[in-house]
Amino acid sequence: MRHIISILLENESGALSRVAGLFSARAYNIESLSVAPTHDPTLSRMTLVTSGTEEVIEQISKQLNKLIDVVKLQDLTEDAHIERELMLIKVEAVREARDEVKRLVEIFRGRIIDVTETTYTIEITGNGEKLDAFMDALSSITIHEVVRSGLLGISRGTRVLS
Amino acid sequence: MELTGAEMIVECLKAEDVEYVFGYPGGAVLHIYDAFYKQNDVKHILVRHEQGATHAADGYARSTGRPGVVLVTSGPGATNAVTGIATAYMDSIPMIVITGQVPKALIGNDAFQEVDSVGITRPVVKHNFLIEDVKDVARIFKQAFYVATTGRPGPVVIDIPKDVTVAKAEFSYPSEISMRSYNPTVKGHPGQVRRAVDIMLSAERPMIYTGGGVVLGNGSEQLRQFTRKLGYPITQTLMGLGAYPATDKQSLGMLGMHGTYEANMGMHHCDVLIAIGARFDDRVTGNLEKFCPYATIIHVDVDPASISKNVKVDVPIVGEVVQVLNEFNQALEQTERTPNASALEKWWHQINEWRSQDCLKYDRESEIIKPQFVLEKLYEITKGKAIVTSDVGQHQMFAAQYYGFDEPRRWINSGGLGTMGFGLPAAIGAQLAHPDDLVACVTGEASIQMCIQELATCRQYGLPLKIINLNNGCMGMVRQWQEFFYEKRYAMSYFESLPDFKKVAESYGHIGIKVEKPADVVPALEEAIAQKDRLVFLDFITDQEENVYPMIPSGAGLNEMILV
Repeated sequence: MRHIISILLENESGALSRVAGLFSARAYNIESLSVAPTHDPTLSRMTLVTSGTEEVIEQISKQLNKLIDVVKLQDLTEDAHIERELMLIKVEAVREARDEVKRLVEIFRGRIIDVTETTYTIEITGNGEKLDAFMDALSSITIHEVVRSGLLGISRGTRVLS
Repeated sequence: MELTGAEMIVECLKAEDVEYVFGYPGGAVLHIYDAFYKQNDVKHILVRHEQGATHAADGYARSTGRPGVVLVTSGPGATNAVTGIATAYMDSIPMIVITGQVPKALIGNDAFQEVDSVGITRPVVKHNFLIEDVKDVARIFKQAFYVATTGRPGPVVIDIPKDVTVAKAEFSYPSEISMRSYNPTVKGHPGQVRRAVDIMLSAERPMIYTGGGVVLGNGSEQLRQFTRKLGYPITQTLMGLGAYPATDKQSLGMLGMHGTYEANMGMHHCDVLIAIGARFDDRVTGNLEKFCPYATIIHVDVDPASISKNVKVDVPIVGEVVQVLNEFNQALEQTERTPNASALEKWWHQINEWRSQDCLKYDRESEIIKPQFVLEKLYEITKGKAIVTSDVGQHQMFAAQYYGFDEPRRWINSGGLGTMGFGLPAAIGAQLAHPDDLVACVTGEASIQMCIQELATCRQYGLPLKIINLNNGCMGMVRQWQEFFYEKRYAMSYFESLPDFKKVAESYGHIGIKVEKPADVVPALEEAIAQKDRLVFLDFITDQEENVYPMIPSGAGLNEMILV
């Protein structure tokens, strides 16, 4: 089963590779990973999407907790949570496609953030399924480039990872 | 007080009461060596290969419980140390490894003797550091020693660029340390302890299974009280030997692949398994599907990740072995319940029936020296009091089976990683830590050649080790597996040419004795021990056909042993 593990770790060089190295060394699966410093600049927050049986996920949590740089972690999938991903897409926008893409972007509540005579660059956020659906909707359009952020997650309600 | 980085390192080691540093100099660590030269508090032992330095520090750590300290240069110095670091990591041995690094400005430029030491060692250390600023030296050393020696111990690498060792800053060594991201659990959860005690007192066929964690956690005394109070049978892993006395009647010896019949049958049939400081290694469990099918399992370990990793347990208790055993002992003291005496009597009757198989019997009439015979005699002559290090292979298993350890930290071997070449340098560390004790290195002609250069280190420091070389002319354990599982196709397990070990020993300035007949075994051992100030290399020519029994073939359960 898919799990979203949110990790608070020391914002130090090498911390990311300790986490990534743990996953490859123990043959765990990483579907996506995103990391950046938090409002406390000494800490980074990582969101890691993985999958496995309950036993494997338990081991992943324990092994992550064992890393000296890991301060705290939480399996977001255990409770109500919000998932978001950011996608930037550059598509061909000429003739009737210019209007068609604009309409689709409005429907999916994305934004066109850069325009040339022949291309649009679109920004869109949502969960993974929404972004996949947007890509499907663009099936008749030529896509030049796709950049996705990997998933970010946060608990609903007052629960905080700190 | 303003000091250079190199001087700070010496001060940090002094503050940590470090007695010995095992190392080998090179360009990137010359400032540090210069700082060592100017003081006499921390003694430096010069090895002949960086692998030897790590194993020697490891042997020191295992025999004392104090962290071993290593100093090596950048590049090849660091890579040569990796095997020893991994060896310590797999057996949870506290160790500090200081690796030199090229100056900061050169890092990443493929400089001479540059290697990413932090990257290379990352998977085999508990933690590692790159010191980028001389102001961080004291804090990082304090953290390194703290991390290496607390919780589940392990090696910590400190990589220090050459320019940091010459830069200056104010120095003061912190007396306290706290790390927000590292707080190992000490005490067991009281509710879980109560549940565990309740289950163990309800057992009809109990078994205590203990590992290296009891030795590392200095829980031997508490384990003895606990085991004796309950009157239950106890089996110990390869790493745990000595925590409970081998000669005690409740001891069933070692379990696992080459464990005793009674220990493995007891494991298979028990209804309550009390696992303490052991990690359910594959060499212990055999086939997981068939492991302890009737047992409710209680597992005490300081490392939460060891619990339910291989075997799902019923009562997990995270905490230091000593603490949890004290909690068990207290609870047993306070409760009015006692173990089920009639069930226990029946259980012991069954165990003694398994014991009567005498699974460690071997041909005592042989004309050729049997390796088991040498170890039995070594045990008798040293009265079981020696510190025994070993390499890896048949001789390691024979030592574990035939040398009965009654005290912890007397049996020193590479159990997890299985590193050939470990025995001799580990014996160096143990002998330095215990100058008045007899230290024997049990090895074979294959293993000894992997770190034989350390005979020179022994000469330099006058270490009177006794090397028990069980020389059967082949890699015994490889040959055994080829005999059993590869239809006797002995691929590359024989040596076409071996050195004359007597002469090798002599050329390093030691005494060498070749022993070819069973009748000469005892006199040779006695002669070696009588040479109190000299290293004696005993080259025993042993039976090539001898195998380690009993044995659980891979894929089998603990109740499916091959006996002699």
